[in-house]
Amino acid sequence: MDIILKEIRKTFGRVTASDRVTLAVPGGTIQGLLGENGAGKSTLMKILSGYLRPDGGEILLGGKPVVFRHPADAVRAGVGMLHQDPLDFPSLTVLENFMSGRPGHFFPSRAAARRRLRELAATFGFAFDPRAYLDTLTVGERQQLEVLRLLSLDVRVLILDEPTTGISAAQKAQLFETLRRLSAEGRTILFVSHKLDEVESLCHRVAVLRAGALAGALTPPYTTAELVTLMFGRPVVPPQRQPQAPGRPVLELRGVSAVDDRLRLAPLDLDIRAGEVVGLAGLTGSGQRLLLRACAGLVRTTAGTVRIGGRDLTGHAFPSFRGHGVVFVPTARLEEGLIGDMDLAEHLQLVHPPRGLFIDWPRARATADERIREFAIRGRPDTRMRELSGGNQQRALLSLLAPPLALILIEEPTRGLDVESAVAVWIRLRAHCQAGAAILFLSSDLDEIRAHSDRIVVCFCGRSSPPLDPATMDIETLGRLIGGKGWDREAAG
Amino acid sequence: MDWTAILLTGLAGVLATAGPLVMAAIGEALSERAGVVNLSLNGTLILSAMTGFAVAVATGSLAAGFLGGAVVGAAAALLVAVAGITLRQSQVAVGFVLALTLKDLAYFLGTPVMGAAGPRLDVLPVPLLERLPVVGPLLFRQDVMTYASFLLIAAAWVWIYRTRPGLTLRGLGEQPAAAFVRGADVTRLRYLYTVAGGALVGLAGPMYSLSVKAGWKGTISGLDGLGWIALALTIFGGWHPLRIAAGAYLFAFLQWLGVVLQPFLPGIPSQVLQVAPFPFMILTLVLVNVGQAEWTGRLLALLPEGGRRRLAGLLRLLRANPPAALGQTFERE
Repeated sequence: MDIILKEIRKTFGRVTASDRVTLAVPGGTIQGLLGENGAGKSTLMKILSGYLRPDGGEILLGGKPVVFRHPADAVRAGVGMLHQDPLDFPSLTVLENFMSGRPGHFFPSRAAARRRLRELAATFGFAFDPRAYLDTLTVGERQQLEVLRLLSLDVRVLILDEPTTGISAAQKAQLFETLRRLSAEGRTILFVSHKLDEVESLCHRVAVLRAGALAGALTPPYTTAELVTLMFGRPVVPPQRQPQAPGRPVLELRGVSAVDDRLRLAPLDLDIRAGEVVGLAGLTGSGQRLLLRACAGLVRTTAGTVRIGGRDLTGHAFPSFRGHGVVFVPTARLEEGLIGDMDLAEHLQLVHPPRGLFIDWPRARATADERIREFAIRGRPDTRMRELSGGNQQRALLSLLAPPLALILIEEPTRGLDVESAVAVWIRLRAHCQAGAAILFLSSDLDEIRAHSDRIVVCFCGRSSPPLDPATMDIETLGRLIGGKGWDREAAG
Repeated sequence: MDWTAILLTGLAGVLATAGPLVMAAIGEALSERAGVVNLSLNGTLILSAMTGFAVAVATGSLAAGFLGGAVVGAAAALLVAVAGITLRQSQVAVGFVLALTLKDLAYFLGTPVMGAAGPRLDVLPVPLLERLPVVGPLLFRQDVMTYASFLLIAAAWVWIYRTRPGLTLRGLGEQPAAAFVRGADVTRLRYLYTVAGGALVGLAGPMYSLSVKAGWKGTISGLDGLGWIALALTIFGGWHPLRIAAGAYLFAFLQWLGVVLQPFLPGIPSQVLQVAPFPFMILTLVLVNVGQAEWTGRLLALLPEGGRRRLAGLLRLLRANPPAALGQTFERE
């Protein structure tokens, strides 16, 4: 189905999220939509899917003008959207999620829905246990289910908003395969991303948004540099890794093990020295998260010793680790890292409490202002955290880390961030390394791991490889290790 | 009368006294499942009890009395809905203030009918079925509202777990945005369920004043606190009609036991038996939700795979999670 967006306008307060965007997408193609965080990609797609109503402009589907008052109108017209944060019900089962919103009888048939789900899942090579609760599934699986649900409603246009955030490399490959197949069947795919390589490898055409307006539309061949320049208005240069002379040991793990309800960590030895960056690679749920949390005292270890800066902190809780210069930066920024309804000035006062009972607010705001300039945060000292974009939240989190730090434990440092924000994050992290901190990070982005790690540890099913040298590791070997192959040869750990 | 007959009469009484609690708690569960917390229950219950009684006295019609109670309950819920959904105020604060205000309003407005002689709901045995042994006297020799409370348990369960609108309802309080993209009109449905739930709470009041604790005696009517218990039962019952009913019957049974056992246990002060149901309920709540504790996860991890799965599944079934978006407003943009 051909889609034409004409002069679409949308403002939120004083912010123009969509500035007269006009875009034509021919049926059966995969259209990429690129742009940095906050460029207006999601807004435009939410308008097309009926979630938001435009302030002006027109949508034409197959040549006919349409008006969607409600997302259900869009679905009936054949337009479905996979939202960036999965819009599903975590506390319900797979089958119930699949059934909800489907037209049918007052007493819906579970058996029929189960059959339909099985059929669809089999066509695309997905596997679901219909009785499993959704919150036991990975983000990738939830996404697959949502795609199947939309397809079962006979959607002809599928919008995917940043679908590759938080899914494994294998799931990503599977998703791309599915999308190619759907487009070959004549469906139109709109693929929203800030990741250049994905758009380049998947999409037939690409449109770039900047500050709410269409910066340009390209069809291959084009160069990556062209895309970057369209996205940011100028080229972006990634930081170069400068090898550090390793300092004294910061983190020493000896035979450390931990368990949660899903996984047991095999005993592990690991030394990290000041100035070093160690990346943890692996599929989600392979033990990286548990290991990182054990190093912060957030999860109790069941065996072995944890030494920070030469001091034995085994069995201590996080405050004790923090007292020795260990900081932890979680993936779930708003849930675990920041307080959504508080602003940066308040956060700074919480993290670095003032002496005495009273807070000097003018000074607190001045400090926050300094940080905002230093870290290039788009916001004011009194902007609440939940109102900031993902990239700015991450910058705000980093602005809370004050030297001297011994060890930075960080989950997915650049998840959901555009190229420019990601570069800014790593420049900050490197500065901490120069100042003598060590970094242990986990990432599902292999390129990030390879670009920034001095050594790489691969986790698989709770086992951890000995530290590997990224210089001698090609991406295929790493990918095999992550998938659990070649462990006895490459990583006899 | 032999002992069995006495016991059966007692237990039938337990089912009848738990009836209003079942009504109120399931009404609240519907509202909370839609994402709106109506904390006004204690005040609503007392005001609807007084209104129901006054209307029944004035008109001589029991049906009019129950209707009056339902209207009061629906109106109180509508206030919570308007303040919470449309005006985006804190549902907790509005509900709490209403709980206090409506109670005093009931005592103030109820003065003229205080101690008045009024109608009372009669027992209406179901022909044939009442003759069944055990089940007959327990379930089929009750008044019409107690039958209604039995039906409500089944109807609410079927609605929530077996119908299409019920599935939407479950999503509504969980993730309104997801319900919205699946075609639900979040605001309208929330209004609907809150008001319907409030009407059920409003029926519970006259069930006391026209049946279980017939009459209106102002502050000594013995109704104060029951609304809070209904709220606790909603949580204790995990927003699930069958579990709510189980909780209500357990509570009524323990209270009855306290009365019955009193003469045999002279050493124990009567107050102990009266309040015993409350700590007992808290203990049950703890046991039911033990699966969520971090240490349970660690302990479970040590078990062999097969047993671990089964036990984790059981704990998951027992778990009572509040609707994730409870008390939050939904904004489309």
